[in-house]
This record gives sequence, structure tokens and C-alpha cells, in this order.
Amino acid sequence: MLRVIVRRLLQLVVTLIGLSALVFIWLRNLPGGPIEALLGERATPERRALLTKALGYDQPILVQYAKFMQRLVTGDFGNSIRSGDPVTEVIGRAFPATVELAAAAMIIAIGLGVPLGYLAARHRGRLLDNLSIGGTLLGISIPIFFLGYLLKDVFTQNMHLFPPSGRISTGLDNTDITGFFVLDGLLTREFDATGDALWHLILPAITLATIPLAVIVRITRASVLDVLNEDYVRTAEAKGLRHKTIRGRHILRNGLLPVVTTIGLQTGALLSGAVLTERVYNWGGLGTLIYDSISGGRDYPVLQALILLAALVFVLVNLLVDLSYAFIDPRVRVR
Amino acid sequence: MSLLDVRDLSVVFQRRGERPFTAVDEVSFSVEPGQTVGLVGESGCGKSVTSLAIMGLLPQRGNKVTGEVNFDGADLLKLRPDDLRDRRGRDIGMIFQDPLSSLNPVIPIGTQVAEVLERHRGMDHKAALKEARELLDAVGIPDPTRRLKEYPHQISGGMRQRALIAIALACKPRLLIADEPTTALDVTIQAQILTLLKELVDETGTALIMITHDLGVVAGLCDTVNVLYGGKIVERAERHELFARPRHPYTHGLLNSVPRLDSPRGERLHAIRGSVADNIPWAEGCAFAPRCDNVVDACLDGTPPLEPTANGGDLRCNNPVSEEVAVP
Ligand SMILES: Nc1ncnc2c1ncn2[C@@H]1O[C@H](COP(=O)(O)OP(=O)(O)O)[C@@H](O)[C@H]1O
Ligand code: SF4
Ligand SMILES: [Mg+2]
Repeated sequence: MLRVIVRRLLQLVVTLIGLSALVFIWLRNLPGGPIEALLGERATPERRALLTKALGYDQPILVQYAKFMQRLVTGDFGNSIRSGDPVTEVIGRAFPATVELAAAAMIIAIGLGVPLGYLAARHRGRLLDNLSIGGTLLGISIPIFFLGYLLKDVFTQNMHLFPPSGRISTGLDNTDITGFFVLDGLLTREFDATGDALWHLILPAITLATIPLAVIVRITRASVLDVLNEDYVRTAEAKGLRHKTIRGRHILRNGLLPVVTTIGLQTGALLSGAVLTERVYNWGGLGTLIYDSISGGRDYPVLQALILLAALVFVLVNLLVDLSYAFIDPRVRVR
Repeated sequence: MSLLDVRDLSVVFQRRGERPFTAVDEVSFSVEPGQTVGLVGESGCGKSVTSLAIMGLLPQRGNKVTGEVNFDGADLLKLRPDDLRDRRGRDIGMIFQDPLSSLNPVIPIGTQVAEVLERHRGMDHKAALKEARELLDAVGIPDPTRRLKEYPHQISGGMRQRALIAIALACKPRLLIADEPTTALDVTIQAQILTLLKELVDETGTALIMITHDLGVVAGLCDTVNVLYGGKIVERAERHELFARPRHPYTHGLLNSVPRLDSPRGERLHAIRGSVADNIPWAEGCAFAPRCDNVVDACLDGTPPLEPTANGGDLRCNNPVSEEVAVP
């Protein structure tokens, strides 16, 4: 098991190095760039040349890449072109916000999706099942942007149930330890801060959860339907086991295997969903940062680091998924 | 009083948009305590459906079960689902055809044996595992302590079926239903499993319903044999009687198609001609008529009744094989 993990982590390093080269070259070949963004279109050629040289963009791309990698080993991602702050700091500020949002969304998606999918399968062909099929179709096809603004409109503008944007009420003096506001509130026993952070979190989390929720309901339903036809479920019934033993030990444990895989695959979708959701609710996380770094004039250092971070998260989550898969299913515990 | 008394059991499958299909048609038979009863017939004649109906394990929708299944003074078909659940695995054990798919692939063997003990005998997990070890040992699984932690894919087919037998007998049920328990196994293993079953039911006094398409399986095992054709019982007899003097042309044909050690080399087996696809509905006559060598006019004029024979059995035939004709 340990060897598998080590091998996967080594693979990860190789992947990231390759990806960093690709991203580096790709970004620098995009039209537009930080010089135009910083100086405006009517800057004199002399000033442009000066800045280009100062930022090191006049050197051959391979040299630039080598320097980038050299600094990277020491954990230095350079400075943001827009703000001048170190990239690690810029990302460090935004990262917890997005993780908090994504985690909340996944908790909703799994917490609701698995029971709903199970119930739909058990009531196959009846009202509940048909409702779930219709509902998930809607959930998968509704654009996040649209849903986000719709929820915001109804629940904040009209009903004033939730705050319209941000992660915490202004004026609330919360202590920032980890950057996860819900967690920080619990750690410092400032429960009003936790409550306030949760209150801000609900609408964005629901928005971001819709697609993974719909997918998880569908996968769970299909998978449970398969398992219900398995001989070992009949054996469990023949043993006279209680409903809850059969459900937990014999149906869900097998039925959740495809769901676990799906959760890994949803990570990518979750990141892109976060970009849109964060814009709607002015969330100030990685999604916002990506958007600003592209539209606000190609902030190369930030973008590079963001893409590598996304890849890292994706691979780590999928490693975690594979490990839990192996934990559930002894047949894949190889070597 | 019989341990199990099945009265006029019928199972009709009815899917939306399809014609109703009677898989089990007014089947009656009984099992005395400690008795071994065979349920024999070709694939598709309703053996498994009969056993699942007795256990209340048919799909919840799409079928209609009528008749009575009296077990220990209660009609299982009328029990509340929870009361039936209390009896399954405790009073009646069941083993199935395919041991690999009948065991849960992601749960250790030990837990799969132990959980039935925890459920019905109120043991805690530790005590149940200890008992499970003894049970695995009793069904002839070598190194049982190690097997407790292993998964179904790690042990052989024969051992899996032994584990399933251990599960079914864990709570010392009074009745064991074995649905083709050897069909999926290698020939050499088949004999071992049959011997084991015979030993265990003899030892424990458990009654056994042995379901099989293979008369060879009931030959060394069953006290009474019920022959099923097209969902109906067509002949019932004591084992020796049935093998010595089969009266129903179908039984006769089945026996003729069993390979015998004493048959001359090279002699062709007499398979029954045609297939179940040729059956006519029971309502129109004898379902077996299109395949029968003895067919007479009456056979196409309504269902032949099941009638007692002089030898204490029952027979559903207008023109039975003569008692004098021994099996060649
Ligand atoms: N769930 C079901 N729905 C519809 N038909 C079924 C179902 N289960 C069994 N049958 C039909 O009932 C008949 C008897 O099946 P079965 O009892 O499994 O035969 P066997 O004697 O081989 O065990 C078969 O024709 C089969 O197709
Ligand atoms: S009733 Fe007629 S057709 Fe049916 S088995 Fe007997 S002789 Fe053959
Ligand atoms: Mg069968």
C-alpha cells in the first residue's frame, strides 16, 4: 500500500514538472500581456522595453523557464505583477476561501445525494424516483451563473434571508487563524463568527453543489439498482438480517464504489464551478483570483501557480479517492 | 404434524404490458422434521421460484403469490415482513447455486458468518467470530482462523460453498433449502459438498429440501422426490420407488438420460425429445404432451389431476409408464 502511494506521489512530481513547462510556454504565447496591462496601450516603446527587461521577459523563454524553476525549488513563485505581493501570499489568502466553499458544496452534494439516490433506487419507477430523475436533469443542465443569480435574487434581494455577498459580515471582528472562517470561529470559540460565516456560506455552497449533487444522485441510484439485483443481497435477506444491516453493509458499501470514483472526477468540475460561483457572490477565493489574473492583464506568476495548484489538488484528491476505493474493495488491494 | 406444509402454492409473474406467467402452479408438498425431500425438474420448471416464495424472497413487485406455506404452525405467506425476517436464517436456512456471487465480495468471510449469529443468537461480534471459526471448521474449511479474515475471492469455489453452508446452518435451523448447491462447482467438488450436506443434516436432524435438475444428486440423498414439470408437480414418490419404477413418462425420460455405470459402452442416452419450449398450457391438457411417447386423446383435454398411487406416491398422468417396465 505504502509503495503504491509513494509511486503515485513520484508520478505526481513528474506530472507537475511537465505541466509547469507547458503552462509556462502556453501563457507566454497568448495575445495581450502584463506589459500592456500595466502601461496601457499608448505607452512609448522605450518604456515598454524598459519594463520588459525589468521583468525579465526579454530573455529566451527557456532561460525564463529555468529561472522560474530555480526559484520554485526554494518555494518562491515570484511576485504578482498586479499587486506586487508574493504569489504564495496572494494565493494563500484566497485558498482557504475556496476550499471552505468547495468542502461545503461537497458535504451538501454527498450528504443529500447518496440518500436521495438510494431512495430513488428503492422506489424505482414510483413518484420519488421520477422526481429525482427530473430534478437531477434540471440540476445538471441549469447554468451555474443563472442559478447563482436566481438564488441571490430570491433569497437576498426579495426575502432578505441571506447576505448577498462576501464571506463574513463587515464589522464582525473575527480572528483569522487558518483562513477557514467556520473553523476559526470554532477554534476561538467565537461561535457568532462561525454562525455568520455559515450564513454567508449557504447560498454559494448550494449553488456550487447543484451539479455534483445531481451527478451523485444519478450514480448512486444506478449503482444501487445494480447491487439490489446481486445474489449476495438475496443471501443477506435469506439470513434474515435487519434492514439497516443490509442497507449499510451489503448495499451501500458496494453501491458507493462508483460514487467514490465520481467524487474524484467532480473535483475538476468543482474548481470551474467555483470560478463562476465566486463571481456571483463576490467570494474572494481562487475563482475570483483566476478571473482577475486573466482579465486584469495576464498576471503570469499568479496564473502559473494557480494552474499548478489546481493540478496538484486534482491529483491529490484522486489519490485519496483511489485509496478509499482500495479501502472499501479488497479486490483492488493489489500488492 | 409436518414441519413444512406447502399447499396450492402458485406464483404468477405479471409485468406491465406483458401476459401473466404462471411459474409455479398449485404446488403442494410437505416435509417432515429431519426428512430430506427432493425437488427435481429441468431448468425453468419453477424450482427456484418455489423456494424463493417459501422464503418470502421474491421481488416485492411484479408477482402474485397464493396458497399456503405452513411452517411450524404459521402461514409464512401471511406473516408480517418483520416476523418473517426473524425466522429467515434462524428457522430456515438457504444456500444458493453460485457461491461466488452469493457472498459479498467486500466483506470478510468471518463477518458474513458472524452477522447471522449476531442477528439471531444475540451474540456480540467477538463471540460470534469465535463461533464462526468453529462453524468453518465443522464444514471442513482448513485453517479456519485465517479464513475468517479472508475475502470470497481469496478462497476456492468449493470452500465458498462450504462457507455458505456454514452460514445457512449457523443458527441450527430446522429446515435447510439447497437450490442447486453443486451446479456451479467442479465435478470432484460436487461429490464432496453433497457428502458434507448429507453428514450435516444427518448429524443435526435438519430437514432438507434439495433442489436440483440432476436426478443423480437426489439418488443418494433424498427420502422423497417431487418431480416438477412446467410449474406443476407431476410425480411424487419415495426415492427407491421412483428410481425402480418411475411412472410418469417425464420422470422415466429423465432417468433414462442419466448416465449409468452399468450401461453398455457406446449405448446412446435417451434424451427426452423436444424442449420446454414445446409445452402447451396446463389449462389445455398435459403440458408435457408434445414431448410424450405415451400421449393419448385425454391428454389434450384439460389438466390431468394429481392422484395417489398404490405405492403411496402421487401421479399426474393419463397413461403412465407401466409398473412392470423397469428402467433399461
Ligand atoms: N423475477 C422474475 N420475473 C419473471 N419471470 C421469472 C422471474 N423469476 C423467474 N421467472 C420465470 O419463472 C420460471 C421458473 O424459473 P425458476 O424457478 O428460476 O426455474 P428453475 O426451475 O430453473 O429454478 C422461468 O420461466 C423464469 O423465466
Ligand atoms: S398425461 Fe398424457 S401427455 Fe402427459 S405425461 Fe401422461 S401420457 Fe404423457
Ligand atoms: Mg433455479
